[in-house]
Amino acid sequence: MYSQGLKDAEGQLEPAELMAEFQARIDREEKIEPRDWMPEAYRKTLIRQMSQHAHSEIVGQLPEGNWITRAPSLKRKMILLAKVQDEAGHGLYIYSATETLGVTRDQLTDELLTGKAKYSSIFNYPTPSWADIGAVGWLVDGAAIMNQVPLCRSSYGPYARSMIRICKEESFHQRQGYEIMTVLARGTAAQKDMAQRALNRFWWPALMMFGPSDKDSKHSEQSMKWKIKRFTNDELRQKFIDATVPQAEHLGLTIPDPELRWNEETGQYDHGEINWQEFIDVIKGNGPCNKERLQARINAHEEGEWVREAAEVYQQKQNQEEAA
Amino acid sequence: MNQDLYQFALRLADTSLTMGQRLAEWCGHGPYLEEDVALTNVSLDLIGHAQMFYQLACDNSETSTSPDDLAFLRDVPEYRNPLITELPRGDFAYTTLKQYFIDVYHLHLYQQLSVSSDEQLAALAQKALMEVKYHLSRSEAWCQRLSLSTEEAHEKMQKALDDLWFYTPELFETDESMQRLMTASVIPDMGAIQTVWQQQTEQLLEDCQLAKPENGWMATGGLVGEHTEHLGYMLADMQFLQRAYPGCEW
Repeated sequence: MYSQGLKDAEGQLEPAELMAEFQARIDREEKIEPRDWMPEAYRKTLIRQMSQHAHSEIVGQLPEGNWITRAPSLKRKMILLAKVQDEAGHGLYIYSATETLGVTRDQLTDELLTGKAKYSSIFNYPTPSWADIGAVGWLVDGAAIMNQVPLCRSSYGPYARSMIRICKEESFHQRQGYEIMTVLARGTAAQKDMAQRALNRFWWPALMMFGPSDKDSKHSEQSMKWKIKRFTNDELRQKFIDATVPQAEHLGLTIPDPELRWNEETGQYDHGEINWQEFIDVIKGNGPCNKERLQARINAHEEGEWVREAAEVYQQKQNQEEAA
Repeated sequence: MNQDLYQFALRLADTSLTMGQRLAEWCGHGPYLEEDVALTNVSLDLIGHAQMFYQLACDNSETSTSPDDLAFLRDVPEYRNPLITELPRGDFAYTTLKQYFIDVYHLHLYQQLSVSSDEQLAALAQKALMEVKYHLSRSEAWCQRLSLSTEEAHEKMQKALDDLWFYTPELFETDESMQRLMTASVIPDMGAIQTVWQQQTEQLLEDCQLAKPENGWMATGGLVGEHTEHLGYMLADMQFLQRAYPGCEW
């Protein structure tokens, strides 16, 4: 039936006709749905990207959750609780969307806890001061939005749809983070210093959130063709810098990059070289909080084991009673 | 009367805030993702109730103050919550049973307060009551799920009950100030609340095949600001920024 097998990017043999039709659908901007045929590599790429995204939301609860009990006012405490709760909710939607590709949440959780799956490198940095909560909202959620808005048009339907809701919430988070920074930057000298230190800590790690430079990104080209990605890492990073520099100026804070300057010709900011060695180290597990973050997830999972087992057994007993 | 209402509003607010603060410690550490969301939801509601009742206290205060001042600038002897709400979060069984006891208390108390002769208090109680009903249906379902499933879970629930039971009578204690409010029909007869609380909780314990402990230290002290060792740590954590950087806006 198939005239010829074609190898896709991961070396998987796929029927040429189906591949051609699949690409044509994507080129026509049709959404791919869970029951549609898709190349194995497309499925794998999505599972990798979406589960990394879900894991990031879950691990991302930790650096901010760190300040819930110490938030400086009742209003800040409630906003932060609601925000971290949103992140858990995002994790839930994306895990559910990933399950449509034929994996279970248990499998994905197992991959996270055994260190097989990755999550965003940013969450391996510490949040030692209240201002870090502002910086995380402003910069980390700001960078996440740059990454995620194009994902609302991702070719995979369930992912695209979950991203629409997530982006709305992230944009709210970004604004509340910036508002924390505004209050601190206009506050006492000690508060302003707190804000500047947080910017110093999070600026470079936020830039690294867009992933390796285009010349080193191994997944980019195929993902662009399949419209899983719409912009390259460097394009998104540049957009983020151009949007964020004026915001820092408005706060009266200094971006910790002496080479940062406006380029009249390109109409963009030029910036200093990113420390890619640091990025690689953090991805490999050698960031300041990698061990702590993963251990916190492992502890929650292990300490919750008896609860999950109890719920399961209770449900079985209920089912048996109903059947009897 | 204003001073009495001020004190009672603090009792309500401190109870909700300390409960909410402990629940918030679960954020990112729950046994399920769904429970992480649920626990923080309940925490968020309780802190919202605290803010509401602190505002009521402010409105009845002789000196100018704010909900944040009341939450962040009072020390242990000025806190009016019953001791049970400041106890450490414990495991999921302990958190669940403590939550259930407080949910039943809140349900009956707010039901009665919602017909208080003080209109503002009645309106606030009505608002809180709507949320408390959801909290109770969740904590009650978890009590059953944990008690009537595995042996391990049942043991943990029994242990939680042994540890918590003698903290519950304190919920219904009154002082002279509260008695004046009872006489004026601002607050209900706490003895009557205790009776319905006891009927309801004892029925659930029986359904859950949990045995009430026979002996234990009977907690008391919250109404006069005598607390456990735990509250000091909770406040040190919660009030850190306000204490370290006094007079700042946040």
